[in-house]
Amino acid sequence: MAAFLKVTDLTIGFNAPEPIIDAVNFSLNKGETLAIVGESGSGKTLSCRAILGILPQTAQIRSGQIMFNHLDQQIDLLKLSERCLRSIRGNSISMIFQEPMRSLSPLHKVGHQVAEVLELHLDWSKRKIKQAVLAKFERVGFPDPERAYRAYPFEMSGGMLQRAMIAMAMIAKPDLLIADEPTTALDVTTQAQVLGLIKDLQSETGMAVILVTHDLGVVANMADHVVVMNKGRVMERGEAKLVLGAPAHPYTQKLFAAAPTIPETSEFVPPPPHDDLILDMQDISKTYQARSASALQPAVIIKAVCDVNLKLARGKTFAVVGESGSGKSTCARIALGAELPNIGGRVLFKSQTDKTPIEVQALTHAERVGFQKQAQMVFQDPFSSLSPRMQIIDTLTEPLDIHGIGTKSERNDRALEMLEQVGLNGSMLRRYPHAFSGGQRQRLSIARALTLNPKLLVCDEPTSALDVSVQDQILDLLEEIRDARNLSYLFISHDLAVVSRIADEVAVMRRGRIVEQAPPCTLFANPKHPYTQALIAAQPEPDIHRTIDLNLVSLGAGSSTSWAEEFRFEDKNIPPLMELEPGHMVRCHG
Amino acid sequence: MIILRYAFYRLITMLLTLLLVSALIFFIINLPPGNYLTNQIMELQATGQDAGVAKAKFLQHEYSLDRPLIEQYLIWIGAWPGPYGFSGMLQGDFGWSFEFDQPVIDIVGQALWLTILVNLAAVLFVYLVALPLGVLAAARSQTWVDYTSSFIGYLGLATPNFLLALILFYYGQKYLNLPIGGLMAPEMEGEPMSFAKVKSILLHLIIPTFVIGTSGAAAMMQRLRANMLDELDKPYVETARAKGMSPTKMLMKYPLRMALNPFVADIGNLLPSMISGSVLVSVVLGLQTIGPALLTALKSQDQFLAGFILLFVALLTLIGTMISDVLLMLLDPRIRYGERK
Repeated sequence: MAAFLKVTDLTIGFNAPEPIIDAVNFSLNKGETLAIVGESGSGKTLSCRAILGILPQTAQIRSGQIMFNHLDQQIDLLKLSERCLRSIRGNSISMIFQEPMRSLSPLHKVGHQVAEVLELHLDWSKRKIKQAVLAKFERVGFPDPERAYRAYPFEMSGGMLQRAMIAMAMIAKPDLLIADEPTTALDVTTQAQVLGLIKDLQSETGMAVILVTHDLGVVANMADHVVVMNKGRVMERGEAKLVLGAPAHPYTQKLFAAAPTIPETSEFVPPPPHDDLILDMQDISKTYQARSASALQPAVIIKAVCDVNLKLARGKTFAVVGESGSGKSTCARIALGAELPNIGGRVLFKSQTDKTPIEVQALTHAERVGFQKQAQMVFQDPFSSLSPRMQIIDTLTEPLDIHGIGTKSERNDRALEMLEQVGLNGSMLRRYPHAFSGGQRQRLSIARALTLNPKLLVCDEPTSALDVSVQDQILDLLEEIRDARNLSYLFISHDLAVVSRIADEVAVMRRGRIVEQAPPCTLFANPKHPYTQALIAAQPEPDIHRTIDLNLVSLGAGSSTSWAEEFRFEDKNIPPLMELEPGHMVRCHG
Repeated sequence: MIILRYAFYRLITMLLTLLLVSALIFFIINLPPGNYLTNQIMELQATGQDAGVAKAKFLQHEYSLDRPLIEQYLIWIGAWPGPYGFSGMLQGDFGWSFEFDQPVIDIVGQALWLTILVNLAAVLFVYLVALPLGVLAAARSQTWVDYTSSFIGYLGLATPNFLLALILFYYGQKYLNLPIGGLMAPEMEGEPMSFAKVKSILLHLIIPTFVIGTSGAAAMMQRLRANMLDELDKPYVETARAKGMSPTKMLMKYPLRMALNPFVADIGNLLPSMISGSVLVSVVLGLQTIGPALLTALKSQDQFLAGFILLFVALLTLIGTMISDVLLMLLDPRIRYGERK
């Protein structure tokens, strides 16, 4: 029997003579899941769009064939007229995109956008269509489908929107679903739930799935077959068991080596002693007032951070882990004095062991300038945190310029030194940021943070915008610099695997509160809090034998009232942080 | 419901703004030393015509121009009793034009409606031309369609309006037998409204509309094109394509809706710039709009006439911005419900 979808010798190029996709082959059987794995720029997304015929205008298909089994007929999608292709898009083959927030029109109701698929392809009455959409909304897990139908995208969370996108892709009962990094923009626990949903729907309808991802952990949880791509070519192809179990191609092996995992067991390392703290945040809370809908209603108070105590020992790394909205970034901003904590909170910073600590929340302007020299930040997105209109040398010397340090030539020497320290070549000084890759840019922003010779570096998700292999290098670099210069890091991340590698102490935050805190070895070997357990369970690992335990995830990541008795949060009754063993604190009733 | 409440709120702020604007207008007009009457008195005294001086002095008292400025202002808007009790803007008394020696209302009365007519026609023209051309230029960007429409647009922007008016009059008369000058055939003036009169007005409107609207339309088209091009790259466009929508339908439904926001927000700005921009055109074209009257009034410091016209233009602007704000609310749910971050 012929394959359900067979891509042969697909070659796509843009204006340049070298193709971007070079003779790609893969095939897929009915009901199976094929994962296309690769780093950014590998051509995985482009290959998928070619199937649907939604390539960018400047792309040229140079050769190849995409045979698709449509109503028991073999058709070549590349030869199909635009009109015929339109009747297949959304109907027989549908697609889910990476960023649900941006993939839905902000001006149209969610339900309407989903219903539109049926309006385009079927002659159903409005009523029948709405019924179908509501049924599908219920299936993908909306607690109140009617309300979701009427909502606008900006009224929903990312996870909910991705469910709506899935509903939209599934509504016409397609034979093939193409999911392009469907969970990359989501939190781990949401990712686990969305992946589970796709899997369930697949087993219900028997559709085939092409899953495009950069995450081997996701592949291990989802795929029957795997295609590994790099620079537009297929590196390795085969059954998931074989490719993941014994990767043959060096590139696949490299990807595996770089994929961060949570260690199952590790040696016990005691938490760092708290006798020489560089940063000591005491009783930090932060509330925001959101403007209410009208002048008559009271303002809404949002508690971003509640009663956080955080102690960072000199030369160590303290990691704060949590999902979006957990308050971890607010903590980072407060630590740097970019935001003031509520009255009563104190942020103590001690630049050297024998100095008296300064209170960051109460600095005068002049003191603040001095403090800024000691504490710097590395941002998440290296693409938007470097000015595209400044040469690298200007970006790197700007901090020195602001603080009036050194002569011009001294500053330039310093910039060169920094560039070399982060593993870049001095000849790059005159270039603009666009000439650098994501990893190189993140190196640049680390170099910028280091020019003032700070003592404390706050890293806000420094690797989450990067490919795994690049992430690995950046983490190496951060570790190396920390040890060489005795730096201390406050490390913000949503990725437990990254944290397990770099941190000396980890705090897990949820909805503004620390729920568990311990050194990584203790935390990952013996997680106590249901939320921590959910985070660990949701982490996809590149091991097909260790699949995500969705029950554990939904229990811990669900409402805090559904947790076991001893951990339960109720309005006023919030359990205290208890020290269960030395250095291991859990928010639970005694 | 939200819309109604918002519209009410906007109406209140509009009235307050109008009050503020009236004060600004009044004091700015009075910034240069003297006023129409003091100028006249000085001139009459210099030429020794004492009889005229007495009349001017009488007028000065009659219109309270001998009082402190703040009182003059309050009397003008009708919040303070003048020589004959409360009689100002609020009471519907728009004052006296010294230059034309007539009540202001008699001078601007008909011109007001013609001004609104001409400018509404021009605004409509701007939108009707800019919308399809802008969308087309974006959808077929970097093809001959795009280049041609941009070229015509730039030509429209770059040609001085009055020059365009003269050229169009000449060729319009020569080939299409279009009338020259005025807003209606001379024999129709003062006649009661009739079918023939409406037809005459419409015929006379063609060229002024085109002349006043071209540059606005060109600018608006370029803005819409740029907005559309930005939107075309957004992921939701890709989603719509992946659904199997036809390109035209997709274009109309998604990116155009998004690109409309700035387009709608421009309504407020368009009205005043057109009215002030059309002054020169009105003079050249011989249109009896308030433009030429405003020019004369400002030159001779005829303060009640100038003040009234400026206030009227301000009112139009405020109404325009209010319309665009309410339309934006209707168009964009993010504005309607106040986007949470």
